[in-house]
Amino acid sequence: MLKCRVIPCLDVKDGRVVKGVNFVDLRDAGDPVESAIAYDAAGADELCFLDITASHENRGTILDVVQRTAEACFMPLTVGGGVRTTDDIRKLLLAGADKVSINTAAVFNRDFVREAAEKFGSQCIVVAIDTKRVGDGQWEIFTHGGRKPTGIDAVAYAREVEALGAGEILLTSMDRDGTRSGFDIDVTRTIADAVKIPLIASGGVGNLDHLVGGIRDGHASAVLAASIFHFGEFTIRQAKDHMAAAGLAVRND
Amino acid sequence: MSASNTVAIIDYGSGNLHSARKAFERAAQESGAGSTITVTSDPDAVAKADRIVLPGVGAFADCRHGLDATTGMVEALQEAVIAKGRPFLGICVGMQLLATRGLEHVTTQGLDWIGGDVVALKPSDAALKVPHMGWNTITLNRPHPVFDGLATGDKGLHAYFVHSYHLSAAAPASVLATADYGGTVTAVVGRDNMIGTQFHPEKSQKLGLGLIGNFLRWAP
Repeated sequence: MLKCRVIPCLDVKDGRVVKGVNFVDLRDAGDPVESAIAYDAAGADELCFLDITASHENRGTILDVVQRTAEACFMPLTVGGGVRTTDDIRKLLLAGADKVSINTAAVFNRDFVREAAEKFGSQCIVVAIDTKRVGDGQWEIFTHGGRKPTGIDAVAYAREVEALGAGEILLTSMDRDGTRSGFDIDVTRTIADAVKIPLIASGGVGNLDHLVGGIRDGHASAVLAASIFHFGEFTIRQAKDHMAAAGLAVRND
Repeated sequence: MSASNTVAIIDYGSGNLHSARKAFERAAQESGAGSTITVTSDPDAVAKADRIVLPGVGAFADCRHGLDATTGMVEALQEAVIAKGRPFLGICVGMQLLATRGLEHVTTQGLDWIGGDVVALKPSDAALKVPHMGWNTITLNRPHPVFDGLATGDKGLHAYFVHSYHLSAAAPASVLATADYGGTVTAVVGRDNMIGTQFHPEKSQKLGLGLIGNFLRWAP
């Protein structure tokens, strides 16, 4: 049977791993390729690189990181951050990414999702959705690291990008990101149930029960976390054992 | 051995083959096959290779058009795989292309090496997502050398899948392995000197590198 996925996410800036707390205070936590190799060996189901400074700086550094990672890790790799053109996508795929995550560019130009999916296939197009709660059972899309509201309803948007050809949704609750208080289960479940494509839950993981909640209660197909893994608090194996004990199907090859 | 064990991974514009080449190189080294791996869009190189790998991502029709766009490539495949009986591995859409027809969006002719159509996945459980994306176990219908030494079945190793269509084979004997996803999904097809995997061995860690290593030493 299909297993739920555990995905460590490495925030990368200038070719180095960082983890933003609410996307503000950045801490340097090492070489992304070394981290990727360690996660590959530890049994991570996929890896995710988020190039958090891509909008402002030279993207050459992330392409080099992706290329060196793809040479050493034989597992799926998703790369996001500052992806605005099909040329950006092409470069990342050629460097060795398996999937590319589109965030802001999709919000302002939906046709980009369609164009990307038609050109490269839905299987490699992830649409990243950053949301904040704006009312009871209502969530809005935010851009620029959660700073700018867009007035766009998150559920309607998720359905729209699915129809445009997105192959997967990476949903981050900006209310929870960096808080370690767990996923926003309400928005996760609402959007996971609203679309047919898989959803990766992100934002707020502080302990292993939160991973269980994202899958069991949030109906996500995969859970993404950063700091609980990066700083050695928990291993991937501990996470999967905990999830298995809670009755979830995980891969421990 | 390397001089007589050349592997051509066919580059016809479908996706990145850099990491695929690296996976084959790693498997060649770990398995002791000592193969020489090349990524090529040259039909002559394909016709001469000892082993052929046809990858493929995206839509069936796009992959078929990509293959046809390289003059002489389909003929080179026919010569190497059908006429000369060289071991062949198709991956993902490269496996689906073995079918008679693909029914994704439009009806497209495949290579027709494995009778059947490539049809949309329709999991019986409506809660199951499409694409079938992630790690799943596979069940062998019968032993095959490419699975030698690899644990399969419910408790076995996992393969990485990402697809919304699968090959519905005309003859059950063509299906070497299946996965369970709200019903039976075709995971591996094959006959004689050819096999095809719906999953991505180059992304499937232990199972994948093991399967590639076995393929590189397979003598059908």
